Amino acid sequence: MIAPPLAPARFWGLTAAGACSFLGLWSVAALVGLTSRDFLPAPWDVVQRFGQLLVQPFAGHVLQEHLLSSLRRFAMGFGLAVLVGIPLGLLMAWFKWIDRIVTPAFEAVRFVAPIAWVPFAALWFGTGIGGPVLIIFMGAFPPVLINTYRGAKQVDRKYIEASQMLGASAWRSMTEVLLPAAVPSIVAGLRISAGLGWQSLVGAELIVASSGVGYMMVKGQASVSTATVMCGMVAIGVVGLVIDVALRRVQQAIETRRGV
Amino acid sequence: MSAAVETTPKAAPAAPSRASRSPAARLGAVALTLAIVLALWHLLTAVTGIISPARFPTPAEVGAALQQIAIEGYSNGRLHEHVLRSVLLVTMGFVVAATAGVLLGLAMGASRAVEAFVNPIFLVLRPIPPLAWIPLAIVWLGLGDAAKMMVIFVSAFVPSVINSYTGVRQIDKPIFEAAAMLDVKGLRYWREVLIPGALPSIFTGLRLSLQASWTTLVAAELVGAVTGLGQILNQAAQDIYPAMILVGMISVALCGWLMTVGLGWLEKRVMPWKALS
Repeated sequence: MIAPPLAPARFWGLTAAGACSFLGLWSVAALVGLTSRDFLPAPWDVVQRFGQLLVQPFAGHVLQEHLLSSLRRFAMGFGLAVLVGIPLGLLMAWFKWIDRIVTPAFEAVRFVAPIAWVPFAALWFGTGIGGPVLIIFMGAFPPVLINTYRGAKQVDRKYIEASQMLGASAWRSMTEVLLPAAVPSIVAGLRISAGLGWQSLVGAELIVASSGVGYMMVKGQASVSTATVMCGMVAIGVVGLVIDVALRRVQQAIETRRGV
Repeated sequence: MSAAVETTPKAAPAAPSRASRSPAARLGAVALTLAIVLALWHLLTAVTGIISPARFPTPAEVGAALQQIAIEGYSNGRLHEHVLRSVLLVTMGFVVAATAGVLLGLAMGASRAVEAFVNPIFLVLRPIPPLAWIPLAIVWLGLGDAAKMMVIFVSAFVPSVINSYTGVRQIDKPIFEAAAMLDVKGLRYWREVLIPGALPSIFTGLRLSLQASWTTLVAAELVGAVTGLGQILNQAAQDIYPAMILVGMISVALCGWLMTVGLGWLEKRVMPWKALS
């Protein structure tokens, strides 16, 4: 039997012990001095470096500007995935012949890791904005498409038949019956795809970009500044978390409105 | 991230009609699709030149590139050497990380104290995408295999832990009550209650882990490696050799797919009761 939840005092005590032992071990490892502090910075070095990055430009920009340019790329790639994925998913659910054409192609392309598009991204777009956007798109697109399609396929036939009986065109049936019914599934897909898109963006920036948090980390790596790399990891983690929480809020709001 | 927990996909409504077709008919449909795609591809690139060969290779070029890498070798090795190297690295990293991850996840699920102790560390590490560990691994361990093992470990570890943990927490209460009533304890409790109960979720985690570690390895090899599939991609990009890029991408996709299929096969062997339903 799984024990009942711990008493608050015990829970917070253990949580604090866990956090302290993690930070403690890390600090000791850094202070013992087996390696240089550049190689293994202490926790407070990372915090200090974070403060520096906010005011002193590194790799051409301060941290906020790197984040902003990452977010801009993310918005473009993710937006494109949504703009293509939702209509295509609905069309596939409505027209069987589109489903028959798209599904095999999609299944084949889906197994290519988004990051494996990097060489073509470089070949097609150089170091321009298109390369990272293509890679984010490749990461974010599949969940949007799959969830829209599944959501639309699970709509009760009765509603579709009713709309057709009332003389609705394919367009109206898709936008006014399929789409609203598929919204919960679509939003669930958006959360997964935002996560994957954000992750693909980081990968893309490690290889093809001249700004952004990923680029900042590569520069930090090149100058053996572990603290800079760690700051980048924290920034990426926090922004990813914020995106996920925002989408979860949207999801909850929709579920409440529908009384799920 | 959100992708770390996946609910079991619901069966597509169109499935029954497709499954009822004979294997031969399905094979025929696949072959026909492939033939049409090849013909269209040939038409667009080689015959009409709508897509410039400098941007996307023709089928013939891809065939030649495949022949070159399979027989003469390209970028420090022949195709099977690159494939073996990447697959071996992923398998090793994945097995180590999955074993550690599943054990930790089960322990976190079974004990509130372990959960409370580990959670703060986990909450910090969890949102960091696996790919973001690559620069750190390179600073610490260089461009060799050790850095790749570290990156694979991190990417495979997190989904294994999360899903094993949720797996334990999703076990029905009556099962625990029955186990308590029958006084099942110690090793037997783990082997006969916790692990089988959490298995479906554990396998979801393993599948996600495997995909994540494969993607991360390819990315790490793209950043720097001597051999491996990512290295083919990297070299081909530098040589501006579109046909070889495509060969690399197809190999990456095929290997990823085969490993997922292998894991699916294992899942059916380990959970025969699931294959029946």
